[in-house]
Amino acid sequence: MKLTSPQFKENSARALADQQLQKALLNVQKGFIGKRAAAAADLPEFDALRDNAREIKNHVLGHLDLYLEAYEKKVTEAGGHVHWAETAEEAREIVLGICRKRNAKTVTKGKSMITEEINLNEYLEENGIVPVETDLGEYIIQLRGEHPSHIIAPAVHLNKEQVEGDFRRVHTHLPQARDLTEPTSLLSEAREVLRKRYFEADVGITGANFLIAETGSSVIVTNEGNGDLTQSLGKCHIAVASLEKIVPTLNDCAQILRLLARSATGQDMSVYTTFSTGPRRPEDEDGPEEYHVVLLDNGRSAMLGTEFQEMLRCIRCGACMNHCPVYHAVGGHAYGSVYPGPMGAVLTPSLNGIDKAGHLPNASTFCGRCESVCPMRIPLPKMMRNWREREFERHLTPSAARYGLGLWAFFARRPKLYRFAVSFAMPALSLLGGTGRRIRSLPLAGGWTKYRDFPAPEGRTFLQEWAQRENRKQGAGR
Amino acid sequence: MADTHDMQADARKPQVGLFATCLVDLFRPTVGFSAVKLIEDAGCDVHVPMAQTCCGQPAYNSGDRADTRAIAEQVIETFEGFDYIVAPSGSCSSMLKKHYPGLFKGDARWEARATAFSAKVFELVSFLADVMKVKAVDAAFDGSVTYHDSCSGLRELGISKQPRDLLKSVDGLAIKEMKDSDVCCGFGGTFCVKYSDISNAIVSKKTTNIDASGADVLLAGDMGCLMNMAGKLKREGSKIEVRHVAEVLAGMTDTKPIAGQAK
Repeated sequence: MKLTSPQFKENSARALADQQLQKALLNVQKGFIGKRAAAAADLPEFDALRDNAREIKNHVLGHLDLYLEAYEKKVTEAGGHVHWAETAEEAREIVLGICRKRNAKTVTKGKSMITEEINLNEYLEENGIVPVETDLGEYIIQLRGEHPSHIIAPAVHLNKEQVEGDFRRVHTHLPQARDLTEPTSLLSEAREVLRKRYFEADVGITGANFLIAETGSSVIVTNEGNGDLTQSLGKCHIAVASLEKIVPTLNDCAQILRLLARSATGQDMSVYTTFSTGPRRPEDEDGPEEYHVVLLDNGRSAMLGTEFQEMLRCIRCGACMNHCPVYHAVGGHAYGSVYPGPMGAVLTPSLNGIDKAGHLPNASTFCGRCESVCPMRIPLPKMMRNWREREFERHLTPSAARYGLGLWAFFARRPKLYRFAVSFAMPALSLLGGTGRRIRSLPLAGGWTKYRDFPAPEGRTFLQEWAQRENRKQGAGR
Repeated sequence: MADTHDMQADARKPQVGLFATCLVDLFRPTVGFSAVKLIEDAGCDVHVPMAQTCCGQPAYNSGDRADTRAIAEQVIETFEGFDYIVAPSGSCSSMLKKHYPGLFKGDARWEARATAFSAKVFELVSFLADVMKVKAVDAAFDGSVTYHDSCSGLRELGISKQPRDLLKSVDGLAIKEMKDSDVCCGFGGTFCVKYSDISNAIVSKKTTNIDASGADVLLAGDMGCLMNMAGKLKREGSKIEVRHVAEVLAGMTDTKPIAGQAK
């Protein structure tokens, strides 16, 4: 997708004014938060699992090269192929190359953020191949020509009336009288249309939630089974995955899986969890003839050894965005990047450059709710602050903010001068408040007074009054 | 250290340095005096060093590490001689307690100094409840209050039960919990000015929940959050009284509230 993060402010103003979107965003707050809390409460070892998961990922990130090599060896042994892609462009070309070899006209796709990251659909279309999204949410937004607004609930910004409208517009071969008022009827309709597409498809492309070094397997979790059909009905399965998805063993994978769905949707497990190891074997009844893994770097290895390495623990559960007050206010599209919310505020600058994504780590109140629910214990606010520091060092911080803060820091470092300055400033500000002790408009703080009154100060500072009181006491004691 | 003499004289009592925080100092002296009373009532001596300004959080959260460190050095130098350093703010306490040591990583001398300093820092209410084991306060308040959990205090310092427990000991006071009391009010330091539209959306949800609680008074432990919510409530014409939790716990509610009409 086209990066519109530099227009974050415009995007968010539009989102705030969009009544339909605001209504849809209430579903994020109502649905996910309570379900996650209940699922976590039901599992006494939930927090211990989080600690363990963090250690597993920290370990693997410390030895990433070794585990990736081991993984590649196992995939090859199982009859599959591993392709290494340093950039999005390389990954797209590799996928297209495989599709061309198979003379593919249509490919089905199971939900994969990574193919969003590399703009795969657009690229395949330009090259005469029709990609069909098979996850209900992805299918809906594909019909609308949109991008996901959430990493696990791509169409969470829409309501069912909008989806009904889209289905009636596109599925014109179906009877117009059909009932599409319930989510289940929408699902059945999508299923009916998509079933045929699975059989037509020459290649099935999925992402991967995990790659397992021990076995050379790729793992996907879904709730609709569309991923399984995508990867097993086509003659060729391509899994596109970024290299930090690797875990050492099946046991490690199973442990992190216990956190994934609980954190995302509050389920104990997703309905489907599918392990793929190589193409079909002679004794297998079904499965693809070819199995490829495209391993994408796209800036991730550059994060290793930096203050952003911990971000690579992310398992894409979406809990951070589900709990983020800023995400609740503006939704995923406002972030203008593939990955929205707090995790995107850290990842997007890493992948696209802080010069293009500077708003994202700044547009956070640092309330810390994201970190408190992250199953992998990623210190998201800390890393957003790290981005702000990089920005500050490179003088990318807006100059008004820079000078304002510089001035504040200048005084804050000089207590005597500070006391002298505030002894004039605060009475003046207090006068501005008038008898109602409210300031309706304040120079340099227009952002505040546009929506709020500014509570006027009392006039004298606490330290002034304290000093006076202490002097009086000493005088009385003499 | 300005108060060395006094400290020696009263060596039996814990010596507490009050870090008033810039917002309390500049905007709400009552909170400072309430804090002093509460800490003294808990059996400590309170000192207020005149060399204090700000904890450095605005610079820190804006990515200006050099200035933050310079401010932190000055705060540590001013306060490290006390037994405890107490601030009537979760966010400033957390800055001093949780974030200062990281500023000096790799600087052997300063890192140790910052770590020793941090161990002595507490937010006011948690200092009373967790350190001084205060179970009840000597105060009365006729009315119902709702308590907003400020983010840093709640998530970085685990402050949630302590203020509620102490409030329950206030004569005549009833607590009416609001929905989502633990969700951010949208202040976020410079966030509220830089992204004012989003901040407004967040604080609007908050004031809706505050109104719906049916309480007469809104309390919280951080002046930043309080000024944000008070400013919004005032703009909306709400009559809800807004105060720092310390004012109620200290029984110092004869001053005008931050917003609303005093009862």
